[in-house]
Amino acid sequence: MSRTPLDTVEHAAATPDVELPWAELGLKKDEYERVVEILGRRPTGAELAMYSVMWSEHCSYKSSKVHLRQFGEKAPESDALLVGIGENAGVVDVGQGYAVTFKVESHNHPSYVEPYQGAATGVGGIVRDIIAMGARPVAVVDPLRFGAADHPDTKRVLPGVVAGIGGYGNCLGLPNIGGEVVFDACYQGNPLVNAGAIGVMRHEDIHLAKASGAGNQVILYGARTGGDGIGGASILASETFDDAKPSKRPAVQVGDPFQEKLLIECTLEAFREKLVVGIQDLGAAGLSCATSELASNGSGGMRVTLDDVPLRDSTLSPEEILMSESQERMCAVVEPEKVERFLQICEKWDVIATVIGEVTDGDRLEIFWHGGKIVDVDPRTVAHDGPVYERPYARPSWQDELQADDANKLPRPATSEELKDQVLKLVASPNQASKKWITQQYDHFVQGNTVLAQPEDSGMIRVDEETGLGVAIATDGNGRYAKLDPYTGAQLALAEAYRNVATTGAKPLAVSDCLNFGSPEDPAVMWQFAEAVRGLADGCLQLGTPVTGGNVSLYNQTGEAAIHPTPVVAVLGVIDDVARRTPVAFQEEGQLLYLLGDTREEFGGSAWSQVIHDHLGGMPPAVDLERERLLAEILISASRDGMIDSAHDLSDGGLIQAVVESALLGDKGARLVVPDGLDAFTFLLSESAGRALVAVPRSEEVRFNDMCGARGLPATRIGVVDGDSVEVQGEFALPLATLREAHEGTIPSLLA
Amino acid sequence: MTARIGVVTFPGSLDDRDTQRAIRLAGAEPVALWHKDKDLRQVDAVVLPGGFSYGDYLRAGAISRFSPVMDTVIEQAKAGLPVLGICNGFQVLTEAHLLPGAMLGNDHLHFICRDQKLRVENAETAWTGDYRRGQEIHIPLKNMDGRYVADPYTLDKLEAEGRVVFRYVDFNPNGSLNDIAGVTNEAGNVVGLMPHPEHAVEPLIGSGRTDGLPFFTSILKKLVNA
Repeated sequence: MSRTPLDTVEHAAATPDVELPWAELGLKKDEYERVVEILGRRPTGAELAMYSVMWSEHCSYKSSKVHLRQFGEKAPESDALLVGIGENAGVVDVGQGYAVTFKVESHNHPSYVEPYQGAATGVGGIVRDIIAMGARPVAVVDPLRFGAADHPDTKRVLPGVVAGIGGYGNCLGLPNIGGEVVFDACYQGNPLVNAGAIGVMRHEDIHLAKASGAGNQVILYGARTGGDGIGGASILASETFDDAKPSKRPAVQVGDPFQEKLLIECTLEAFREKLVVGIQDLGAAGLSCATSELASNGSGGMRVTLDDVPLRDSTLSPEEILMSESQERMCAVVEPEKVERFLQICEKWDVIATVIGEVTDGDRLEIFWHGGKIVDVDPRTVAHDGPVYERPYARPSWQDELQADDANKLPRPATSEELKDQVLKLVASPNQASKKWITQQYDHFVQGNTVLAQPEDSGMIRVDEETGLGVAIATDGNGRYAKLDPYTGAQLALAEAYRNVATTGAKPLAVSDCLNFGSPEDPAVMWQFAEAVRGLADGCLQLGTPVTGGNVSLYNQTGEAAIHPTPVVAVLGVIDDVARRTPVAFQEEGQLLYLLGDTREEFGGSAWSQVIHDHLGGMPPAVDLERERLLAEILISASRDGMIDSAHDLSDGGLIQAVVESALLGDKGARLVVPDGLDAFTFLLSESAGRALVAVPRSEEVRFNDMCGARGLPATRIGVVDGDSVEVQGEFALPLATLREAHEGTIPSLLA
Repeated sequence: MTARIGVVTFPGSLDDRDTQRAIRLAGAEPVALWHKDKDLRQVDAVVLPGGFSYGDYLRAGAISRFSPVMDTVIEQAKAGLPVLGICNGFQVLTEAHLLPGAMLGNDHLHFICRDQKLRVENAETAWTGDYRRGQEIHIPLKNMDGRYVADPYTLDKLEAEGRVVFRYVDFNPNGSLNDIAGVTNEAGNVVGLMPHPEHAVEPLIGSGRTDGLPFFTSILKKLVNA
């Protein structure tokens, strides 16, 4: 793209007829014309680079914006929210002067192209978002979706993704405490690699991405800028994979977790000394994004000398420098008298830091190269005034037929023997099987504050050693449910994550989401998206948990085939004392098992329908958010008052899945009795929402029952923790050893 | 009186603050040491913590071994200063030749994080006095390059002299020779091991056991009684 003479603003004004490669950079014709209109002339190459990356789907949310507004419009009253949507990550008050920031993002497309680096840099990016808020990152979680477990390409993608997440996160010293791994053929060419992170800070330490105060210096620090990830944002994330196009491998960035670890420590030290006015991480769209967002969120303009950017490759053109997505870089705005100290801290940590510009009085973002002005724009037009599309959407023609194909009518096991075989097949199926082979590649212990980690219902981190204050996080999302009904599917994802936080004893406070969908240019996909957002916004309003931020990933499709709509929801909770947390594992023989909630015949989208019948149809389980709220209150009270010793949410795979997991983790069996009014099949395998399994010490039974009775939550005694098998009276018994072999053998046999 | 135990922070050290916490919980005073600083601040013992110093981009521990602080650590360890190397710290100690052998990549080529069963083989080092010989304990393990190797002569010598301090039990997580999880020097003041005792010091946190606390109480007793 390098042209001679230098394409300065002056040159652009003098040469209106020069054709620029706007289409190659991903801009549509009308978008390019809008840029020309804004500037009153043709853009320079550098300006075009900036607009093209910042107006890409990935950065501008141009297709999703009109729907995402509901998260603000329907936001519930919450005094917990300190910083809402729009900043690098939302911030939630968790009490005792602490604030927690958390967010989930996608790194789907890069992870398919280059699994290790794609996933690694996904972790790196989300962690920088957390640091940029002023917080110390304390944990990561990784919701993942892959193609069929036995597909050959899964064996390429999954181990690479897992090694990348581990390789980066482990080296950063962040415990990996949660997430999910789901297999489904619909993700074959489009794995979903979502990465979430949590950070903790004191209220007074919150930092924002804005550049204010004329004369303040703009410091770029961290890694040198190289040629990696150029155009990643606009090209990789915003177009569907298509076999006809050339390989896009060079657009994936390469991560250096060691550099990021230094960046974390040096940034936190600078925060401690109150040296930073505003800060922004360099992620998608690199310097284009950091400079335009810092400038447009502040009160003034900004002048940047691009020649001062430390380069890894001296042949880079200014356009490439502006677009580069080289990892492990941050941009800080620092008052002139504090610059020296800031640079000293960077030197202490061996981090390269360079003043590249300053905040100005005006309202322009001006960028210079070799003495010539190559960018002169209103930064707001780059960062915030991107195109907004009202994409057409319509309920797909096949939706009725899909919902009419009722899973409740599928043939059910006719004998106890058949039921037993199906149960064993289910707990061994890739989605229900133990993911230990994957999660043991992640460090869960580092930092010494991990109270709970996967396979617990939520990950839990101690925040304060003295008081025991802790936070919990769970992520969930069931694409099969969402395919059957996106509105309900999104609410089920929310309900499950909310419930998972509550089963561990924490109070759900706030939500982040990662919305993974197909192409927005397909009205059917757009309808799925609109419905899911509406469902999630309505659900958050009802549960009183505001959405604090999130991420949208579109174009997850290969050719005509889109992935299942997959809204992944993360719920953050707080627990006053982590000593009261409730684990999944059965603790003591003789404890009584109670099933909380109502069980109905609900098999649409169920694990049973998938594993036994390879079927997807009917309606997903009904959602009752008031019931979810009541169940959560009971679980939290019971945990706080010591009435339950273990608890497990019921979701995919139903009751039997939960019993088997609790039994295997505690190495203690269970004897179950099918309650009156239910058949064994429905009892064991229905996926009705709003339910949990709890183990109650005998001494607490009366008190626990009284509480559930007084508050109107159905609680059914279904058995006892006992023996070394899982026995369903009158039906079958499965020894723990058999269950363990089935449950833990699957993933290693497919992937190791 | 108590003892001052230094914890070195190298660039990329991860468990330095965890180790300081473990020292504090044991009743000693943790002292932060910086890799660029030769001064050991008059500590009575030193811990080299776990992590990925310098990213482990070269051989694990190979660069840290040349940090200014290590010049002093090596000199004083030879004069009897108690030194414990955990995971990456163990790797640094072998690179510094304070302990024999070397660490290779895990035989299965994956990072592994698990609650690991160990047998205490030597309860007479500076760091293991509060254990019993033959005692079985659970300590979290997490590493990429944890496969302990040494030449046959060295292995025989270590075994003959009782210098294997910990051995993996039931499952060898990385392919270490003779199931070796930790070793000591001839004098017994320098100990290195791959598992992380600092992650097993509080009943609620991490593995939920406190099997690692005796490392820190052992050294404290030794120093206070000295």
